[in-house]
Amino acid sequence: MCLGIPGEIVEILPDHADLAKVDVSGVRRAINIGLLENERLQPGDWILIHVGFALSKIDEEEARAALDFLEGIGQAYDDELAALRTSSIDRG
Amino acid sequence: MRFVDEYRDAEKARALSARIASLCEPGRAYKFMEVCGGHTHTIYKHGLEDYLPETITLVHGPGCPVCVIPMGRVDDAIHIAEQPDVVMTSFGDMMRVPGGRGSFFDSMAQGAAIRMVYSPLDALKVARQNPDKRVVFMAIGFETTAPSTAMTVLRAAAEGLGNFSVFCNHVTIIPAIKAILDSPDLRLDGFIGPGHVSTVIGCRPYEFIARDYAKPLVVAGFEPLDILQSIYMLLVQLAEGRSEVENQYARVVPWAGNLTALKVINEVMELRPYFEWRGLGFISHSALRMREKYAAFDAEQIFEIPGGRVADPKACQCGEVLKGVLKPWECKVFGTACTPETPIGTCMVSSEGACAAYYNFGRFSRERVREATQ
Repeated sequence: MCLGIPGEIVEILPDHADLAKVDVSGVRRAINIGLLENERLQPGDWILIHVGFALSKIDEEEARAALDFLEGIGQAYDDELAALRTSSIDRG
Repeated sequence: MRFVDEYRDAEKARALSARIASLCEPGRAYKFMEVCGGHTHTIYKHGLEDYLPETITLVHGPGCPVCVIPMGRVDDAIHIAEQPDVVMTSFGDMMRVPGGRGSFFDSMAQGAAIRMVYSPLDALKVARQNPDKRVVFMAIGFETTAPSTAMTVLRAAAEGLGNFSVFCNHVTIIPAIKAILDSPDLRLDGFIGPGHVSTVIGCRPYEFIARDYAKPLVVAGFEPLDILQSIYMLLVQLAEGRSEVENQYARVVPWAGNLTALKVINEVMELRPYFEWRGLGFISHSALRMREKYAAFDAEQIFEIPGGRVADPKACQCGEVLKGVLKPWECKVFGTACTPETPIGTCMVSSEGACAAYYNFGRFSRERVREATQ
C-alpha cells in the first residue's frame, strides 16, 4: 500500500473538479487530485498516486524512470495494479 | 557483483560504489538507518549491500505502516467488524496482520464482513451503496496516507453520509525517529529519509535530527541508484564534518511538502497524547485521532472499543527488528515458524516489512555468508 505509482492524466472529469481519469500502466481509473489543487493539472501531466490520491506532480522523465523501476520489482507492483483495478471511485 | 544485471544502471552503480568506498575512513564502521519500508524492499530486492564496503551496515527502521500496528488495535478492529450491520473495509496489506485473536482473514472466515479496498474513497462508495450498513474504514499509514483518509472524511461530511466512519490508526514518522535516536540500544551515523512521507511533510521536520543529534539525513528516492546516491551524500557530509538535511529526491519531494495535504490532515485529525507502536512501545504524540468536530465519522466514538493491550508472541522479535537492533534472520522464528504464508509477526506480513523482504529475496547477511564460507 505504501507504493507511490506514476500515472498520466487523461482527462479531468467534467462533473467532478477534484477527479481525473488517469492511465497507470494501461489501467485507467479515476484518481482524486484534490491534494494538488494549486498545480492546475491538465491532461498529459504526470502525477504520483497513492491509495487513489495524487500526492505530487512529477515530470515525464521521472514518471518513466519510476515506471521502469516498478515494473522491475514484480509482485508488489502487480498487487498494487490489481488493487487499482478494483477501484471505481468515480461511480457513486 | 551478483545481481548486477537486474537493473540497467549497473555501470553507474559500480561508479557510485567505488566513490562510496573511497569516502569510508579506514577502521571506521558506519551504521545508516533506512527509515522507510519501501527502501528496505529495494535494498534486498537489488542486493544493494553487495555494492557497499563491509564497514557500512544498513539498519532497517520502523517505516512500514502495517508492521507497527500493535496486536491490540487489530483486535479492536475485529471487535468493530463483528458488531451488527458493520462492514469493515481495509487495504489488502492489513488482511493477514495477526492480532491476539487472529487476523482479518480469520475473522472473515468466522463470518465478519470485511472488504478489501484500494482507496478510502472506495470504502466511502461501499457506504453509499449500502445505506443499511455501518461502513468502517481501517485507516493505517504514515503522513503519506493520512491526507487521503482526511479528504475522504471531508467528502463524507459534505455528502452528509451517516453510515461511514474511520477507525484511525495513522501514525507520524518524526516521533518514531526521535524514539530511535533516544534509544540506548543503537548508535547510528545517519538516516536515509523516507521519500513518500516527505512529499507530504517536506524536509523541515527532520532538521532537529541534524541540529540536536548532529546526524545527517538524506531524503531518498526508491530506485537502487537513489539509495546508493543517498549513502554517498551521507558519507560526504560525515567526511566534511557536517550534519544537515539534504534532499536527494527533489524531483518528487518539495522542500516544504504538500501544504494542502498538511492542511487537510490538520482540519480532520489531531495528535493523540500517546500511541502504542509494535516493538517500540508507547510513544508520545506519535499518532493521529479524529477531531471532535468529526466525531460522527470517528469509529472510536461510535463503537465501544475494548482497547486491550496484547503482548507480542514470546517467540516474535519484530520489536527488535523494527528498532534495527536485530537483523531479520537473527530472529529465532525467522523462516521456520514465521513465514509470509503463516506470519507470526508483522514484519513478515507486509512486502515492505524487513523480514518479508529478506525472506522473499533470499538475502542473508554478509556476516552469515562469511560464517558459511569460512
